Amino acid sequence: MPDMLSAERAQYLKRRVRSRRAVLCAQLALLVLIFVLWETAARLKWIDPFITSSPSRIWKTFRNLYASGDLFRHLGVSCIETVAGFTLGTVAGTLIAVLLWWFPALRRVLDPYLVVLNSLPKTALGPIFIVWMGAGPGAIIAMTLAISLIVTILEVLNGFSAVDPGKINLMKTLGASRLQTLTKLVIPANAATFVNALKVNVGLSWVGVIMGEFLVSRAGLGYLIVYGSQVFKMDLVMATVILLLIAAAGMYQGVLLLEKALKKHLGVSA
Amino acid sequence: MIVDMKGVRKLYQSPEGEIGALEDITFSIEEGEFISIVGPSGCGKTTLLSIVAGLEAPSSGEIWVDGAISRGVNPKIGYMPQRDQLFAWRSIWDNVNLGLEIQGRRDAEHEGFVRTLLERYGLARFSDCVPAQLSGGMRQRCALIRTLATGPRILLLDEPFSALDYQTRLSVAGDIHSIIKKEGKTAILVTHDISEAVSMSDRVVVLSARPGTLKCIVNQPELHDLSPMQRRDHALFQRYFNQIWKEIDISA
Repeated sequence: MPDMLSAERAQYLKRRVRSRRAVLCAQLALLVLIFVLWETAARLKWIDPFITSSPSRIWKTFRNLYASGDLFRHLGVSCIETVAGFTLGTVAGTLIAVLLWWFPALRRVLDPYLVVLNSLPKTALGPIFIVWMGAGPGAIIAMTLAISLIVTILEVLNGFSAVDPGKINLMKTLGASRLQTLTKLVIPANAATFVNALKVNVGLSWVGVIMGEFLVSRAGLGYLIVYGSQVFKMDLVMATVILLLIAAAGMYQGVLLLEKALKKHLGVSA
Repeated sequence: MIVDMKGVRKLYQSPEGEIGALEDITFSIEEGEFISIVGPSGCGKTTLLSIVAGLEAPSSGEIWVDGAISRGVNPKIGYMPQRDQLFAWRSIWDNVNLGLEIQGRRDAEHEGFVRTLLERYGLARFSDCVPAQLSGGMRQRCALIRTLATGPRILLLDEPFSALDYQTRLSVAGDIHSIIKKEGKTAILVTHDISEAVSMSDRVVVLSARPGTLKCIVNQPELHDLSPMQRRDHALFQRYFNQIWKEIDISA
């Protein structure tokens, strides 16, 4: 690479930086605008802050939650349940998909069951889990697993079936066993599938955890939302929703980082 | 005779019925020979190759390899698939050693042999690259080295150049031909390109339309010692081309 950039190149790079900065500024401005509008509307009584809350009231609620130590307790409980849920969902889903890939006959038998279970709204199973496992974190994680498991199985199985038959034949002619075909071809070829499953499962696990906490819990963000609405503390509900936004976005970013590391490690952008 | 096909027949079963793919294919190949199989599309030439490779079983008939009947995958046979099928997540070095790794023979001695092949055919400095960094022609040569690494005596080439553009195709065909001749391997090439068949092989096997039967075998002794490029300039090239073209006779 030459040390001196051509004038055209320099201009291109400058323009690129400038346009990216402009987009970022607009995004931040939009956020500020929403909060300012919300606050103003509440102060001037265009809307009733008792129902809609307001940024300043939410901020105060945050500080109270932080001072009492409740903030990190509830956040921690929900985060742990979510991480447990999507890890279990991804791992168990992948293992079952491997099993179904290994035994195609089993897959054919179970296919209609998977389809039916996939179309079932999993939240309907919530009360069953509570009866079986008691009103606690167990039922919540089971709920999360129920939501993410079937989708993971189907997606991973799809990825496995999409492996180029030419590559499978190549493995066969080299004398590969089924286990070698799995570990040296099918699994590495599906690195992108696993990351995608993980991405989807992070979102689904939050749904499972919040649903579960609505139903049973005494701690967690879902509990705070339900509790807040029952005692009509909309400040608490809104504050918790914003906390949830931050936590979910943070976790998603974590998975993106993992994806980046994985791509770098494997040296492919598959 | 290193390969002997005796009355090979293949029927495909499907809910709609029975489809005859190959009918009574019998011919022999000598050690070191380069054979091409041509025929109208759907004549079962790829099926025949899959049967020799052990990927499919014939409905009846036998394949003899090196004096013994061959059933299933045979380590004496190396298969080069359509497209290079290099694994994107492995370096070139790990790709060409794939066969040895699978067969539990990836040791210093065998790796040394693979390194020699890479050096001999100008790929050694790409060892640490990933396939995406190589041109189509280089990838095809890597695929051949991956096949040669396990030391097969017979190579099966299933339209290995069909994914390449015309120029690359001509030059890679020349490379592959010279590598196979230099290593003293027996080769069976399946192609739909008559000029490719004439330019690369010692004998051309012509199959009829489905179900594929052996129509004739065209020997081209005058071309044996020439490279594919020299053959294309040879006075007899067009004559052999026309002869095979008439035998295939797609209108029939």
